[in-house]
Amino acid sequence: MAYATTIEGTRFTFPDLRSLLAKATPERSGDQLAGLCAEGPVERLAAQIALADLPLKAFLAEELIPSEKDEVSDLIARRHDPTAFAPVASLTVGAFREWLLAPAADAQALAALAPGLTPEMVAAVSKICRLQDLVAIAAKRPVVTRFRSTIGLPGRLATRNQPNHPTDSSAGILISALDGLLMGSGDAVIGVNPATDSLPDYIRIVELLETLRLRLDVPTQHCCLGHVTVAIEAMARGAPVDLVFQSVAGSQKANAGFGVDLAVLREAAEAARALGRCPEGGQCMYFETGQGSALSADAHWGVDQQTMEARAYAVAREFDPLLVNTVVGFIGPEYLYNGKQIIRAGLEDHFCGKLLGLPMGVDVCYTNHADADGEDMDALLTLLCAAGVNFVITVPGADDVMLNYQSLSHHDAVFARETLGRPPAPEFEAWLRAVRITDAQGRLAGAAGELPPALAEASRLLPGRAA
Amino acid sequence: MSAPETKHAGAPSLRDLRALTQARIALGAHGAGLPTGAALAFGLDHARAREAVWTPLDTGAIREALRAEGLDAVELRANAADRAEYLRRPDRGRILHPDSDAVLDGLGTGFDVALVIADGLSATAVALNAVPTAAALAARVRRAGWSLAPVAVVQQGRVAIGDPIGARLKARCVVVLIGERPGLSASDSLGCYITCAPEPGLPDSRRNCISNIRQDGLAVEAAADQMEALLRAMMAQGTSGVGLRRDSRVSPPAPPLPEA
Repeated sequence: MAYATTIEGTRFTFPDLRSLLAKATPERSGDQLAGLCAEGPVERLAAQIALADLPLKAFLAEELIPSEKDEVSDLIARRHDPTAFAPVASLTVGAFREWLLAPAADAQALAALAPGLTPEMVAAVSKICRLQDLVAIAAKRPVVTRFRSTIGLPGRLATRNQPNHPTDSSAGILISALDGLLMGSGDAVIGVNPATDSLPDYIRIVELLETLRLRLDVPTQHCCLGHVTVAIEAMARGAPVDLVFQSVAGSQKANAGFGVDLAVLREAAEAARALGRCPEGGQCMYFETGQGSALSADAHWGVDQQTMEARAYAVAREFDPLLVNTVVGFIGPEYLYNGKQIIRAGLEDHFCGKLLGLPMGVDVCYTNHADADGEDMDALLTLLCAAGVNFVITVPGADDVMLNYQSLSHHDAVFARETLGRPPAPEFEAWLRAVRITDAQGRLAGAAGELPPALAEASRLLPGRAA
Repeated sequence: MSAPETKHAGAPSLRDLRALTQARIALGAHGAGLPTGAALAFGLDHARAREAVWTPLDTGAIREALRAEGLDAVELRANAADRAEYLRRPDRGRILHPDSDAVLDGLGTGFDVALVIADGLSATAVALNAVPTAAALAARVRRAGWSLAPVAVVQQGRVAIGDPIGARLKARCVVVLIGERPGLSASDSLGCYITCAPEPGLPDSRRNCISNIRQDGLAVEAAADQMEALLRAMMAQGTSGVGLRRDSRVSPPAPPLPEA
């Protein structure tokens, strides 16, 4: 079915829903690389005007990627809840934006709506939202999850402490994790991206993080971000796995590029649950996503990268995750060229994830070949805190020495806590105070880098300091 | 760069343990802020990395330096017009500009090894490390009795630019030395990708990679030894990449890197 709009006598037509969505997407290099983007700002606005007039129901009538060829489409169709959708079933995309902005769309209404929304619907409405709209709407939708800490409570910001090391050295990981804890980072997870993906290394890393957690009695969870199949093997061998991690994308083919499908994710989720480490009613899965991953796997089906990203959230949603984050600026300038594109994408991803009911975090980050810098990240972090992001990722000095990109620094989390008034998860906040990393006001207490008495014990885990 | 923080006598400090990781631990903090020295050092590292990405490769200088090492070379370019297009259009960095096809036609065909030097994402890495690495590899190629094509020095090239070059030269193996995406702590890492039976359109799983060749990383001679071992395995087995069985003397494959 074709879509069209006329602006001052010029008629703009869009042959199908895919092209309408792609041409309505704010400018980004990935859609240009794919040859899907609008030819200029006027055509983009024409597409946005046509999209605003489109009934939300159109997304139930016309699939972007056929269900019979794609298990993600099939999942989206199977999980759509018409009863939950009823309050907005008669609206256009444009009227849905207004519905979301109005005060009646409060936390309760948005939570009730989530099962009625498809990724395509939330991607569509995000395309006609300004940054301010993306912040205002997402801020009304807390999504709370729980393992040893409670993440996503309104007014709080959790952090993933990411102590990566180029060769997975145990001492290197440990000292970096301690550095983060001393800056108050790690209530979402202490999570290591392994340089290797072997089973023995995976088990060594989770055992190391488990030892650290137990010695310090820190109310958080840990994760080695190896492949899900490695996690399944490690769990079978009795490794202390808190969270099972996997990168996911918005089409079956793109997920195949990651070496996964829905069945293996289900197997992993069930195995993690069966370990009994996660409390009843808690969550134990962790997913990462990012715009451009489907295109880079040649698995985007002619769909724009932001809509493909929202489809990845349907995959994540299926497995009731503790944490989901977009690694927004990691993929490089051929997908998100500069700071402006990265900032918008980060807010879009957070918005879409939250509307679909995900505990959404963001890896606020950039690479050195993108036209972006730390100031762009300052802006994105501040906007995300206003939007109520569940968690961000922090590394020492903003420099990830394993993955060679810049994420936020532990200092940036201190900024969010002290300037923006976003304390960490309550259990972790109490622990920071008890071990005197922070004072009664939640401010960093000691001289930087120094281990408070309660943590001095942990230094014995390091080489040359054996007990 | 920052002044040391005062510290209580006897209290253990992470600063004493900095040697355990390259990570920027124990930087100190003033409120949420970094000490001024650390903040400016970060800015300088980023500036260096940006410079490595955006500086054009002086192919003429590389060619002269290769000549001084006794290596013939030609200057080629991939099909991206400039750095900005190169960054936005990785596909254009993987095919040759039509002018360069003609240059290659004059070189003959049927070499055991073709050697390509491309800017990739760090002209700095290439300027510092490519010629010594090429010379060390060429010495091993000669010793092994293999024929070596004139070195192709390519502007705006991605890893896969080795495929059309190797195919046109009918080389058994192509070795691509390329500037890796600069990290904050190292802007001068050279990567090496080797492909057996190169032809356009090969997936990256058909390549073997040696990374982090630089002064404070993998030394040039050690890297050249690994390249020779890989070439020997490829010549014997007629394949490369995930299908290649590795000699025990060869180091395990490096972790996958974002594409250079």
